[in-house]
Amino acid sequence: MKTWNRRKSMLLWLVLSLFFLIIITVSGSLFSEAARTTDFSRKNLLPCFRYPFGTDWMGRDMFARTLKGLSMSILIGTLAAGISAVIALILGLCAATLGKRADSVITWVIDLIMGIPHLLLLILISVAVGRGLKGVVIGVAFTHWTSLARLIRAEVLQLKESTYVRIAGKLGKSRWYVAVHHILPHLIPQFAVGLVLMFPHAILHEASVTFLGFGLTSEQPAIGIILSESMKYLVLGKWWLALFPGLALVLTVVLFYLLGENLRRLIDPNSVHE
Amino acid sequence: MVLQAKNVSFRYKDDGPWILDNVSFEVQEGERIGLRGKSGIGKTTLCRLLAGYEKPTSGEVLLDGKPVSAIRGYCPVQMIWQHPELAVNPRRRMRTVLEEGDRVSDRTVEGLGIEEAWKERFPTELSGGELQRFCIARALGERTRFLMADEISTMLDLITQSQIWNFLLDEVKKRNLGLVAVSHSDALLERICTRIVEIK
Repeated sequence: MKTWNRRKSMLLWLVLSLFFLIIITVSGSLFSEAARTTDFSRKNLLPCFRYPFGTDWMGRDMFARTLKGLSMSILIGTLAAGISAVIALILGLCAATLGKRADSVITWVIDLIMGIPHLLLLILISVAVGRGLKGVVIGVAFTHWTSLARLIRAEVLQLKESTYVRIAGKLGKSRWYVAVHHILPHLIPQFAVGLVLMFPHAILHEASVTFLGFGLTSEQPAIGIILSESMKYLVLGKWWLALFPGLALVLTVVLFYLLGENLRRLIDPNSVHE
Repeated sequence: MVLQAKNVSFRYKDDGPWILDNVSFEVQEGERIGLRGKSGIGKTTLCRLLAGYEKPTSGEVLLDGKPVSAIRGYCPVQMIWQHPELAVNPRRRMRTVLEEGDRVSDRTVEGLGIEEAWKERFPTELSGGELQRFCIARALGERTRFLMADEISTMLDLITQSQIWNFLLDEVKKRNLGLVAVSHSDALLERICTRIVEIK
């Protein structure tokens, strides 16, 4: 018997990425004070042992700011993706089970939202509800549910007609039994993976809408704010201001992606023996 | 109990071609009928109608005078499908397939040669023949009175075929079930059936 297989390494990756993301989130909230402290005696320092990401033009510790920004991004991303996934689940189920008319209305709305560029719609919604945290969360939540809703709708439609669901009906099983034992086991993986893979999107869109100035206000050290502010200093040769926060953002997104991918493969029966 | 098809005509879409045209057919309990006919003639469709999976476009399918497709709860007419891999949920372990049936007896499970270890596996980890045994066991629940066997052994090797059919025939005789078997093999139908119907 092999004691170490691919499933175990998948699980290890999953736990590791989850662990790192939690560390980033928790440490970020511990650094909220440090992220705001200005000290002009230490401004524009290159990355060094004491300030691994350097300091900016107001002497703020970039490491603390980056962590704080990331943890905000993760929280916003989680919140927005969570709301989005719930919208997707409800609308997807409604479209698949409430008959033709409901289906065509919901499909039309999905097509409509997908037809508008994400970022544009996100900016419009965010500005319309008054920017800030609320604007970003609502904006991201209302623009990201479409593809997952479409996936869930298609899945349920297909499952409803599948032979084993029809057999279960003939075996006298109730609709509730079929929903719980036959439909749900197919939806949970789709839903969980869809949710986790929505995080990186949500985080990137939160950062970009903030970067463009339609999102969080500038006193909040969000990654988007950090990046847009450091753009001005980039030409002055202060590369560390944008490089490290940018890298950290990419790393976070990759971690979320790893989390989703490994989760998907772990709960797929087709890879039970890898 | 008696299962009747009265002047049944059927097509899948409102403007589609007629699959069955004015078919009448009757199965008594304890009777074993073989259905024979060319590919695409509507043998499977007839089975689906008899088991209540489809409603006839005109005419009716009756079990003791009541329409089969309207039966709520456990349907005494059970069908075994040609493709077992489509008839089980790929995300549930095989144990649940047996649990889904109507108190399937241990005798049935043993008689079909289902091994204990298979029960904890997923459908993708079993072969077609192994899956088909589960599907047959599931259809042989306590309240089953009629069995539609639609090409249930086509994909199996001869040894497995004879093993499965020997048990099934035994069981059907013992419980006095009605059987409708579809097959392309004349030898098989002649061996198991009391009456053979040619569909044209």
